[in-house]
Amino acid sequence: MASLNDYLLVSGLLFAIGLAGVVLRRNIIVMYMCLELMLSAANLTLVAFSRFNGSNGLPDYNGQMLVFFVITVAAAEVAVGLAIIVALYRARQSIHTDDLNSMRG
Amino acid sequence: MPLALFWFFALVMLAGALAVVSLRNPVASALSMVASFVGLAGLFIGLNAFFVGIIQILVYAGAIMVLFIFIIMLLDLKTEEKRAPKLAPVLGGLGIVLAFTIQLVGVLSKTPDKAHEPLDLVAASAAFTERSPGISSKLKEGHLPDVNLIGDTLFNGYNLPLQIIGVLLLVSTIGVVVLSKRQSA
Repeated sequence: MASLNDYLLVSGLLFAIGLAGVVLRRNIIVMYMCLELMLSAANLTLVAFSRFNGSNGLPDYNGQMLVFFVITVAAAEVAVGLAIIVALYRARQSIHTDDLNSMRG
Repeated sequence: MPLALFWFFALVMLAGALAVVSLRNPVASALSMVASFVGLAGLFIGLNAFFVGIIQILVYAGAIMVLFIFIIMLLDLKTEEKRAPKLAPVLGGLGIVLAFTIQLVGVLSKTPDKAHEPLDLVAASAAFTERSPGISSKLKEGHLPDVNLIGDTLFNGYNLPLQIIGVLLLVSTIGVVVLSKRQSA
């Protein structure tokens, strides 16, 4: 049986991979996917705590409610973000962050 | 969940995540993200969170990733043109991961661990005898009525947030339509 710290270690690693992706990739769509990875890592932490800190013989369902809301907000965020990316591509014909430098000082 | 199964799903998840970051073709990245989310859903189900696991597959691996792939195809992205990755961001990214991992291992080695204890379903059923006989009888039989319990918590404890999230979804739908309309100016 895996213990709580195993789950926390795995979710921390997933978060670190997502963070590295946001820092080192230059493609906006891939950066967006890495943001989703970081959100999922937070979800894994929440579900693990909900299971291990259960009360009265059941998992703590308040944690899973937060996961439910995070997934919903993530879905809305992805829809709006991808619409922004499409609009950006129409204006600039590129989704490479190196090409988007008009606000650089 | 047996330990071997835990590490299998964790490895699928982490390998998928690594492939998302390291593959240069955006379509390959999106597909390895699906693999990563399936591994994550396996971990959720191992934690007795059946509803969240299924939602993870349906919403993330299904809807959201199809949206990503759809946009990638729509924009017709070429395999990331032959630009060499710049040294500074790569070093920065790897440095962040290294620092974060060292910190994580350091903190986790000091925090008290908690073992995976089986759920005591029969004891839990007493709390529901008055409020919801259906949930109570399922708990007494030894099944975990995960969806019933989530629905119970959602509608009794989180009714206002649920309605607010409904408004948020409506607003984002309208926002997407407005954003992707071709500007006529």
